[in-house]
Amino acid sequence: MTEPSLEEKALRQNLRVRHKKEKAFKFLCMMASAFSLLFLFSLFYNVISNGWSYVSWDFLTHFPSRFPHKAGIQSAIWGSVWLMGLTASLAIPIGVAASIYLEEFAPKHPLIKMVEVNISNLAGVPSVVYGLLGLTIFVRVLGLGRSVLSGALTMSLLVLPVIIIASREALKTVPDSMRYAALALGATKWQMVRDHVLPASIPGIMTGVILAMSRAIGETAPLLIVGAVGFVPFNPRGPMDEAFTVMPIQIYNWASRPQEAFHELAATGIMVLLVVLLAMNSIAIYLRHRFQRKNL
Amino acid sequence: MMPVQPSPVDQTLPQSVSPIMRTVDLSLYYQDFQAVKKASLSIFPETVTAVIGPSGCGKSSYLRCFNRMNDFTPGTKIDGQVFLHDQNIYAPDVDPVALRRNIGMVFQKPNPFPKSIYHNVAWGPKINGMAGDMRARVERALKKSALWDEVKDKLTQSGLSLSGGQQQRLCIARTIAMEPDVILMDEPCSALDPISTGRIEDLIFELKKKYSIVIVTHNMQQAARISDFTVFMYQGDIVEYGPTERIFTNPEKKQTEDYIRGKFG
Amino acid sequence: MKSMLNRELPVHVFLIASTLVSVVVTVAIVFVLLQESAVFFRHVSVWDYLFGTKWTPLFKPQHFGFLPLLCGTLLIAFGSAIVAIPLGVLTAMYLSEYASEKAQSILKPLLEILSGIPTVVYGYFALSFVTPLLKLVFPSTQVFNAASGAIVVGVMVLPMVASLSDDAMRSVPQSLRNAGYALGATKAEVSSSVVFPAALSGILASFVLALSRAIGETMAVTLAAGATPNLTLNPLESIQTMTAYIVQLSLGDTPHGTLEYQTLFVIGVTLFFITLFMNILSEFILQKFRQKYD
Repeated sequence: MTEPSLEEKALRQNLRVRHKKEKAFKFLCMMASAFSLLFLFSLFYNVISNGWSYVSWDFLTHFPSRFPHKAGIQSAIWGSVWLMGLTASLAIPIGVAASIYLEEFAPKHPLIKMVEVNISNLAGVPSVVYGLLGLTIFVRVLGLGRSVLSGALTMSLLVLPVIIIASREALKTVPDSMRYAALALGATKWQMVRDHVLPASIPGIMTGVILAMSRAIGETAPLLIVGAVGFVPFNPRGPMDEAFTVMPIQIYNWASRPQEAFHELAATGIMVLLVVLLAMNSIAIYLRHRFQRKNL
Repeated sequence: MMPVQPSPVDQTLPQSVSPIMRTVDLSLYYQDFQAVKKASLSIFPETVTAVIGPSGCGKSSYLRCFNRMNDFTPGTKIDGQVFLHDQNIYAPDVDPVALRRNIGMVFQKPNPFPKSIYHNVAWGPKINGMAGDMRARVERALKKSALWDEVKDKLTQSGLSLSGGQQQRLCIARTIAMEPDVILMDEPCSALDPISTGRIEDLIFELKKKYSIVIVTHNMQQAARISDFTVFMYQGDIVEYGPTERIFTNPEKKQTEDYIRGKFG
Repeated sequence: MKSMLNRELPVHVFLIASTLVSVVVTVAIVFVLLQESAVFFRHVSVWDYLFGTKWTPLFKPQHFGFLPLLCGTLLIAFGSAIVAIPLGVLTAMYLSEYASEKAQSILKPLLEILSGIPTVVYGYFALSFVTPLLKLVFPSTQVFNAASGAIVVGVMVLPMVASLSDDAMRSVPQSLRNAGYALGATKAEVSSSVVFPAALSGILASFVLALSRAIGETMAVTLAAGATPNLTLNPLESIQTMTAYIVQLSLGDTPHGTLEYQTLFVIGVTLFFITLFMNILSEFILQKFRQKYD
């Protein structure tokens, strides 16, 4: 067995160091990924352990009160329901219609490209700016006041770019062969879309819509600007009702009070909100799977 | 089991030359599918060995066993041995990273890094800690790949700015910069135009003075032009193997003859 | 033929009108913001606004220098970048180069959940967990502090960095990795020296987008970072971001037509143009530096 030369020794050392670096790098990447898991876990643990004491049916059926043990989130839940309902009924038709136009009808023209760029920019505009827009146009100029309707109109504008982008993706996944088949039978473009493309892309559109609404339900700032407040001890009676609140605002209101008891209430409110979000996302995933299998 | 030896009539090689690489009953499985069936072969130093055969015969899979690139495909299994300088490269104590310093590979589609021409060539030696003047090493490698004159004034430009043929020569240069013992080439000209192909074939002719080259090709004329030994594979088996001239003028097996005459493939 | 097209006219009108809504929205945003800002700048000089170091519109004497708010926003934005960028890129590297199918199927939904949690929840978590933790390590930490806000905002945008960088790395062709391995490189060397530079345009674009999102972030910082405009580099102090100021003012009773009311829009227009610039920048980075692999 000959003595390894200097060169061989250097080579072996080089390999040793590099393999060590390899292990360290892999470990680093795993730790970074584990951080997200750890953070999520701590967040859930923190929320649940803080909010557990107020979990009860009373919490869901009571209204906010000066006394923590009497407080509940019913007005916020109904506020959110009203708001989401109105927002969805405004944003979905407009958003899907716009995506249909852009994906199926619009010619290749620089103006159209500008519209597309504009939409993706709108998706990145901070939510407070939408709030300011809503405050000026809906609350003041159109005179709708600080009503549920103003809030819904503002939120519709906020989620519109997201719905357009998601719906376009859904429309893109429909194979061209389907379009050509319909057109070859003498259908107009609209008939092709209405009877073939749209039904085929509904699962994707629904998934995108539900995700957009999940975002909307957690939005706070634009509604605060438009005038929703944090202490509303009754449910909304109609779209023009000027006193309404939504779940995230109620949570914010409780969290920003000095008393510890209200902080716990905030955590309980968060639990309710997260359950609602979980339900919405589960529906989205279920729909995606169900219709994917149906279409095959 | 003795590995297949070239015919004793062959005059291009002294009898006492020992092979630089050997495979002994090498079998390769992708899950349950056997892509290579008990292949035994010797590669001799400073020669070009061409591996020919119809699509799907396993020649590229076989080639990738030589530098353990198949390790990266999940579900592959190896049976048999591959020897580099009498050491089994699939032995459990072998470091594949170290192995690939000594065995270089040029791929079917030129794949230079999105780095400068200089760094394309310098990167391999740099991470492997190869000592010496890097500039000189890069220049040597580019000269040996017949690319230096064309790029010496633009070493800082991206490797992707070159034409297809130049990119492939760049890939050859970065392989040569590692000073390997063996160079594996997997259909290096199939994505290139005829003129670039010709230049690379000339290059291979030059390179074999110093390196041992194994080249997989679907182009029989190319194999006949540039190789010393030819291996004919079919459905994972090595059907026949020997000096190129004999294989093409006087094949022993009918299958070989049929393939060479273009009756299938 | 013609009658069929005429029957479809209302449909076509509706489709085009819906598309135009997006254009109208942008025009409206710019108009509304600029109009109120114009009134504001009749009373306050642009110079005083852009370079003033005190922001006290609600107290006498009134100062309208927006640097403290900018400082607060930037502290949060860059602080969140410190969290999100390294962790996001390393997570993306794990996802695209190392993780098994099973690990991916756990990690990806997890990241989606993280990005779907509403910002108030992050704000609450900052108050109830992160700040006390920071206080343990740095006793001088104030109850409201920038660091806490920056950390949670960082985690909020981390999934964006991770998923966009992951997409960018995945689109690097496998042949490039093979070339690296064939030269005797380890996986870490191939990932960092070959894949990462090749995916750089997508990765950088994700950084800019994440920063833009962090700048526009509101409720988490409102809850966690405070309501004191403060020109400071110390992340343990209480600050106020541009977005938090807008919320603070909206919660109060500021009558329309006053200078204070107009500050909402001045800050708003500044925010709008900052984020617009960053979104355009990220598109630019994507287009200009994208590698074309034929």
